[in-house]
Amino acid sequence: MPSRTVSHGASGRLRGLFLVMVLVFLEGSVFTVAVASSDQHSPITAHSGSHKATDHGSHNNTGKAFPVLDLNYENVRVPFEISLWVLLASLMKLGFHLVPHLSNIVPESCLLIVVGLLVGGIIRGTGETVPPVLDSKLFFYILLPPIILDAGYFLPIRPFMENLGTILIFAVVGTLWNAFFVGGLLYGVCQIGTESSSILSRIGLLQCLLFGSIISAVDPVAVLAVFEEIHINELLHILVFGESLLNDAVTVVLYHLFEEFSGIGSVTLLKGFLGVISFFVVALGGVLVGVLYGILAAFTSRFTSHTRVIEPLFVFLYSYMAYLSAEIFHLSGIMALIACGAVMRPYVEANISHKSHTTIKYFLKMWSSVSETLIFIFLGVATVAGPHDWNWTFVTVTVILCLVARVIGVVGLTFIINKFRIVKLTTKDQFIIAYGGLRGAIAFSLGFLLNKEHFPEREIFLTAIITVIFFTVFVQGMTIKPLVELLAVKKKQEAKRSINEEIHTQFLDHLLTGIEDICGHYGHHHWKDKLNRFNKKYVKKCLIAGERSKEPQLIAFYHKMEMKQAIQLVESGGGIKMPSAVPSTVSMQNIQPRPSTKPAPERAIPQLSKNKEEEIRKILRTNLQRTRQRLRSYNRHTLVADPYEDGLSDLFLKKQKMFQIEKKLKEMNTYLTVPAPPPDSPTMCRARLASGKHTDFKPDQVQKGNKMCSDPQAYSIKPASNKVPMIQVDLASPQSPDSVNLLDEFGQANQQEEEEQGLMMKPPSRPREAKKPSEEDEAKDQQRLMRCLSDPGPSADEDEDGAFLP
Amino acid sequence: MGSSSSSRNKIPNAQELMRQTGFSSAHLLRLHDRFESLDRDNRGYLSPDDFEALGGLAMNPIGGRIIEAFFSSGIPWTFPPLSGFWLISVQLTETETKKEHSKSSPAAGPGSSNLYDLDRDGKISREELLQVLRAMLGLQVTEEQLQSIAERAIQEADLDKDDAISFDEFKKSLEKMDIDTKMSVSFLK
Repeated sequence: MPSRTVSHGASGRLRGLFLVMVLVFLEGSVFTVAVASSDQHSPITAHSGSHKATDHGSHNNTGKAFPVLDLNYENVRVPFEISLWVLLASLMKLGFHLVPHLSNIVPESCLLIVVGLLVGGIIRGTGETVPPVLDSKLFFYILLPPIILDAGYFLPIRPFMENLGTILIFAVVGTLWNAFFVGGLLYGVCQIGTESSSILSRIGLLQCLLFGSIISAVDPVAVLAVFEEIHINELLHILVFGESLLNDAVTVVLYHLFEEFSGIGSVTLLKGFLGVISFFVVALGGVLVGVLYGILAAFTSRFTSHTRVIEPLFVFLYSYMAYLSAEIFHLSGIMALIACGAVMRPYVEANISHKSHTTIKYFLKMWSSVSETLIFIFLGVATVAGPHDWNWTFVTVTVILCLVARVIGVVGLTFIINKFRIVKLTTKDQFIIAYGGLRGAIAFSLGFLLNKEHFPEREIFLTAIITVIFFTVFVQGMTIKPLVELLAVKKKQEAKRSINEEIHTQFLDHLLTGIEDICGHYGHHHWKDKLNRFNKKYVKKCLIAGERSKEPQLIAFYHKMEMKQAIQLVESGGGIKMPSAVPSTVSMQNIQPRPSTKPAPERAIPQLSKNKEEEIRKILRTNLQRTRQRLRSYNRHTLVADPYEDGLSDLFLKKQKMFQIEKKLKEMNTYLTVPAPPPDSPTMCRARLASGKHTDFKPDQVQKGNKMCSDPQAYSIKPASNKVPMIQVDLASPQSPDSVNLLDEFGQANQQEEEEQGLMMKPPSRPREAKKPSEEDEAKDQQRLMRCLSDPGPSADEDEDGAFLP
Repeated sequence: MGSSSSSRNKIPNAQELMRQTGFSSAHLLRLHDRFESLDRDNRGYLSPDDFEALGGLAMNPIGGRIIEAFFSSGIPWTFPPLSGFWLISVQLTETETKKEHSKSSPAAGPGSSNLYDLDRDGKISREELLQVLRAMLGLQVTEEQLQSIAERAIQEADLDKDDAISFDEFKKSLEKMDIDTKMSVSFLK
């Protein structure tokens, strides 16, 4: 079709245009940065370097009394540059995805480093000095925390805790092994393999060990960047990622230790022992600081119900303070940040509003994404900036040793760990763990921090570090995806958790705790159970505001799922919004009224006017909080059931009747003081219907008339025999719980309406019999309507047919 | 508590048990000691009140069920069956590789499906699910919330639309969960 190709061409052209714009911008920004960095030169040379400034500058040289146009770059220099860099980073990120196929082959981190190299190259090419962008302070205090906080806040606690032992062993013992192996062997090579006059032989053992400790730490940024794209299974992901996070403590201790020792020049046993102690202090202290701030944050969030807008700010501020406080005492800031995020999350999420939750999530993702991009670009620029001292022996030996050490370390440790694990790590797993040990910008920054006086060989170190980083990020990063495919490593399961899983997980927990009790064995589950009890009894009461503190986890989970589903329905449907009330039944004050409408498929009502929809929505919204349960019953029993002979216009009629019912409901408002539990949620309704079953909503004791409204608690749902013909309208896929029983709601409601009860759930058996004949007709029509409306798979169709047998 | 040969003699048919269950002698000894400490009246077999005396089980929401599951099969729980019991791996996994998996794990629990399914009709009906939920969630939630959850759970898992979860459906709904890795209790060495 001609229109198609035209549009395709247009989008292709647009893409090209965008890329050109990006490139031009890149050029411009580079020059401006170059100008900025060379500001100390005379204005003339500065002008010669920039496009934009020249125009203005030349005007100024005339003897004007009042400068109409003036150039004053100095004032805005720093913020301008920063913004420029960030903008560049973001545009790059956009640009990659526009180029087809590129993002599939090359991981983003590689591309970003290349961009950084380009930018650095351009700057150098114009003769300016490359600004030292990867300043350690900038890196550690501004670029790194968002990434770590993002990781810590969204850390999947369960798999992390289950594998904590393994992770700790890899992080601590593995890093130590790597550091000493690499450092020691490097020293040996330097001494033995080279002539005594070469610079290498002058590198002392301590320096080598320090270098080893810098280079051996697996980098969380790089791991995140690469692993995010390969979607391996949760276990491996959490193992490598957890290791990269927790080895920070080891790195910090080793780094400071060896730095001290190199400065002093002598090592005593006492110092070694102190080093070990300091490791525990650093690690546990960091965690403690994090937990403290986490609790503070949770406690603060308890009181934010009136100022919802600044809720996210507390999360960020407390976490950042935790990081900085840990850094004050030379504790592990990363561990503090992780502990803070992980601890505060369950409580904060129970307290804050839904919007704040979204805000936190997206801000964290945004910051961490930008940070990551910037880090990689800066790595590229810093590579060009130098100063470099390339030494073939040193560099190659380093690279080889790193790889070898990693492999040996992983294999050896796994052998020991597997004795304690229930689920053993297979060879494939080990390979991925070893291969996923990427080094990144942390190593570079630590190297950058080295003092030149104490470490004359700093440049050699830096070069080697950069080479290792490049090697791991490029070679390993690019090849890990095809390798994962080749080895058929289990991938991440995309499906969301179902409520069955949640129930069963909890059930299993209890079961295993019980078994452990019988065995008399105080294991994993026992302590977890104890912690949970403690949490429920004391901690939650303190840290969670109001009603939510008593809410068991299953209920919270259930709410979340229902909410998600309701939102999904609203988004996907978009057509008529049915007044089928809130999915969940909890009557808690601080749960906002949900987007409780169930839309029909778009196809169903193409002609409903927008105005009508808006009115309906408004009415529902204003009445929802109080009338939840009424809407429920209203939903099923009170709506007028229009015969669907003509389909579309009838739906319109139905809408009208709904309005009338609404009015009636308003009058009956007083009847329902207690928000009665809706006897059936729309999900259940849908589900039941989607499953083609016939259900009947027969409240327990309601055999008489409508006087039972004051006793809503008595309602319970019993699936009745096949009485009511069911209709399904499948939105998504057949048999998905998302299928909407639009038409049937009406069907049900019709009956009730006829009896003018409007509110109660009466046993519809009587009226139903009377309506049977008409229903048969309806059924057929509904069937017809169904066929033209919905988009079901074959099985749904069969169900429909079966469903219409009375 | 060393696994000396003299203590092993306390346990009848120790060798055979070890062969059957694959436990080491240290394990067996531990279990036997536990058996003896549970069996307060020294009857030689365990009875429900022995279990009920365990504080932990009393607090456990499904403690009653566990006890029931133990004793409903009618086996007098002398020591050999008890050690055999520990081997009953979760019947959810039937593939060969997974069987090996659970054999290598020192202990596994009874089929959790059986723990749900009290009336042994091979299905978990809504009522049974409700009971489980009630036990686990207790007084904190209202009846209708439980109803909703049970309803949703059934709706998600019930593939043949019989309003109950059969064993196969149960297995299927949990296949993502990697049950066999979770259904094991590891003993400290």
